[in-house]
Amino acid sequence: MKKTIFAGFGGQGVLVMGYVFATAVMNDGKETTYLPAYGAEMRGGTANCTVAVSDEEIFSPVASSPDYVVVMNNPSMIKYESVVKPGGIIFINSSLVSKELSRDDITVFKVPSSAIAKKLKNERISNMIMLGAFVEKTKITSLNSIMDALAENMKGKSANLIKLNRKGLDKGAEYVSQGA
Amino acid sequence: MVKKVFGRPKYLKDAPFHYCPGCGHSIIHRLVAEVLEELDIGDITIGVPPAGCAVLAYDYFDVDMGEAPHGRGAAVATGIKRTLPDRIVFSYQGDGDIAAIGTAETIHAANRGENITVIFVNNGCYGMTGGQMAPTTLLGQASTTTPGGRNAARDAAPIDLSEMLAIAHGSVYIERTAVTSPKTIRGTKRAIAKAFKTQMANRGFSLVEILSPCPVNWKMSPVDAVKWIDSAMTKTFPLKVIKDEVGKL
Amino acid sequence: MDKRIVSARAVPRALLSVLILQLRFIVDKKVLMRGSHVIGEAAARAGCRFYAGYPITPQNELTEYMAESMDRLGDGTFIQAESELAAVNMIIGASMSGARAMTSSSSPGISLKQEGISFLAAQELPAVIVNTMRGGPGLGNIAPSQGDYFQATRGGGHGDYRTIVLAPASGQELADLTRTAFEYADSYRTPVLILGDGMMGQMMEPVVFPDPVDIHKLAPKPWILDGARGKRPSRIIRSLLLNPSTEEERNWKLMRKYEMISREITRAESYMTSDAHMVVVAYGTAARIAKGAVKRVREMGLKVGLLRPVTLWPFPEHNLKELSRYVKDFLVFEMSMGQMVEDVKISIEGRSDVHFYGRPGGIISTPDEVAKIINTIYHRRHLEED
Repeated sequence: MKKTIFAGFGGQGVLVMGYVFATAVMNDGKETTYLPAYGAEMRGGTANCTVAVSDEEIFSPVASSPDYVVVMNNPSMIKYESVVKPGGIIFINSSLVSKELSRDDITVFKVPSSAIAKKLKNERISNMIMLGAFVEKTKITSLNSIMDALAENMKGKSANLIKLNRKGLDKGAEYVSQGA
Repeated sequence: MVKKVFGRPKYLKDAPFHYCPGCGHSIIHRLVAEVLEELDIGDITIGVPPAGCAVLAYDYFDVDMGEAPHGRGAAVATGIKRTLPDRIVFSYQGDGDIAAIGTAETIHAANRGENITVIFVNNGCYGMTGGQMAPTTLLGQASTTTPGGRNAARDAAPIDLSEMLAIAHGSVYIERTAVTSPKTIRGTKRAIAKAFKTQMANRGFSLVEILSPCPVNWKMSPVDAVKWIDSAMTKTFPLKVIKDEVGKL
Repeated sequence: MDKRIVSARAVPRALLSVLILQLRFIVDKKVLMRGSHVIGEAAARAGCRFYAGYPITPQNELTEYMAESMDRLGDGTFIQAESELAAVNMIIGASMSGARAMTSSSSPGISLKQEGISFLAAQELPAVIVNTMRGGPGLGNIAPSQGDYFQATRGGGHGDYRTIVLAPASGQELADLTRTAFEYADSYRTPVLILGDGMMGQMMEPVVFPDPVDIHKLAPKPWILDGARGKRPSRIIRSLLLNPSTEEERNWKLMRKYEMISREITRAESYMTSDAHMVVVAYGTAARIAKGAVKRVREMGLKVGLLRPVTLWPFPEHNLKELSRYVKDFLVFEMSMGQMVEDVKISIEGRSDVHFYGRPGGIISTPDEVAKIINTIYHRRHLEED
């Protein structure tokens, strides 16, 4: 059982990240739950969702100490860095998160996803870059599964846009596999 | 050769009315039943009786009848009509039912333009519960909860529900009539017929408000009650066509 | 005759089958879907063709789904009502005239619907009502809670009646029990409540839907109001029975029906109970957390199981009675302050000890938290016995 929290500003595609990830693992044949924050929790423009993945039945969809956390902005970093399970991993959008990690019992991967997205001329794929990095390091699913889930989710969108998302995924994966 | 010139309308059951002497409900029941017969729609009609004196209307009307909770006639009728749009649906409601506890349901059904017909019997009091003040009780009129007469400062002024409903976008035909004389009774029947024809033509929300005597709770003789409608009640609730976007049918 | 010419009457049916086919599109496939949407899709597939509702968090997604699906199906009615009262009363009308009808809300809105639910029970009308529970009393909050158990299982509205209450605990069960709810409603002519919570409504899980039913092939309802059409005597659907002996007769009739329902549909899930010394009793979201806790303490060697009532009314009294022959401790875990625990005590009749742990107000306990409680009770018993 692995639990991940994706967190950031509304509009950064945080919920899409979680949804696409959960769809991919479902298609892989695993059990999964996706729990978005809703209502008052969403006020102030923050968004987050929790995805659980397991080979067995999932009981609580809530993660009080997630294995992985993906943070896209400073407020999320402040809120979630402390809850990561010891030995877990935090993925940080280092373009927007200035705060340094204040613990040393977890692994950190810093990905300047907003900057990479800017280079690819579409800042909205910052989430896919992070997701690429996340999948590359956690190996919970494959980039191909993510891509299939994404294509399903983007049915009716232009082929170029889908290609761009694929590019984002690959760039993110590349970035972390080079050990940067 | 004997020819029958008067009898029980086809869509009234052979049951004696339980209504008090001089009450207007029995006349109005008969008028509705006559119209259903004359328009030949009784076989496809579903009626919705209210909570109030007319709750037992299903013991008299010989058409399918589905009872609504107090005030919810327009909502129940909406559910029926939307499910079976080719049937004729009417609700039969008193003043407390329609103009107090069921105001929201009625105004919104009218505003949606639900293609239903509402028979609104206004007798200025809660009859079945023993003559309490109704939203339509006249200023100065005594009731068991306005023993000194209805006082605008304490009890509010009577509500003109039909006029309010006329403002609603989806209402197309609203008329106020009375059952106080052969002339007004004929006028009421004509209005009821027009309301049902409005529905048959799929034109939208139609309502007939009928000023109706309640001699027992008004503590008057039936004759005085009828006179009182003509002399006092029609001053607050004038008999007229309040809205007609239907024209000739 | 030219086959391209379709008669005017055949068009809606043809169109309908195409639409149902479109709907069938995702049948064979697993989809990841939000709980509220699952109920909506399952309702449409169960032949629900009338929905009326009013906005309230955390279940707006269901209302929105019905707005879309009733339009998509072409033969359904969606009404955003002016109030919860109007919504449930529209359901009464639709049900009277034969439609499979549903309304939904969250706790405060369900309070408003109780008038209609009492009438549905009295008039023996089928209907499905969904309560996505939130914290309370009053406006409370919009977080997941189970505070409406009493309201749901004790009738809720006025008068001597019962409501079937189904408590799903997963996305798949939301789909399956929504179908079941419509079937029970029709076959017993009674309102059925689906009791979920904010978590059930918002969470997404993989779901495979049952095939859509053909509404034209549903069992005929020989009691509906659709106009006598000169073919039969006129019908009355009423709840007022002024004569006390007639009302008593009706109450007895309802009671016999409720007894039949109790015999026929009571359902619970047992998890690791066969050798258990202690059993946790929980439903819905709380049961998921409890199951996680049971799994944890099992790994530590504790003989603990879970009983999850799927029907809250009728309550699985018999299952508990059986368990109480060998289970010494029951722990009732609720996201409320001790409501279902009363039913557990009634079922166990003092044969075993009944403990309670609850977190109200929208707090979601962790399996670890519940595991700790289990541990304490379990070891206290073993210390006593050693």
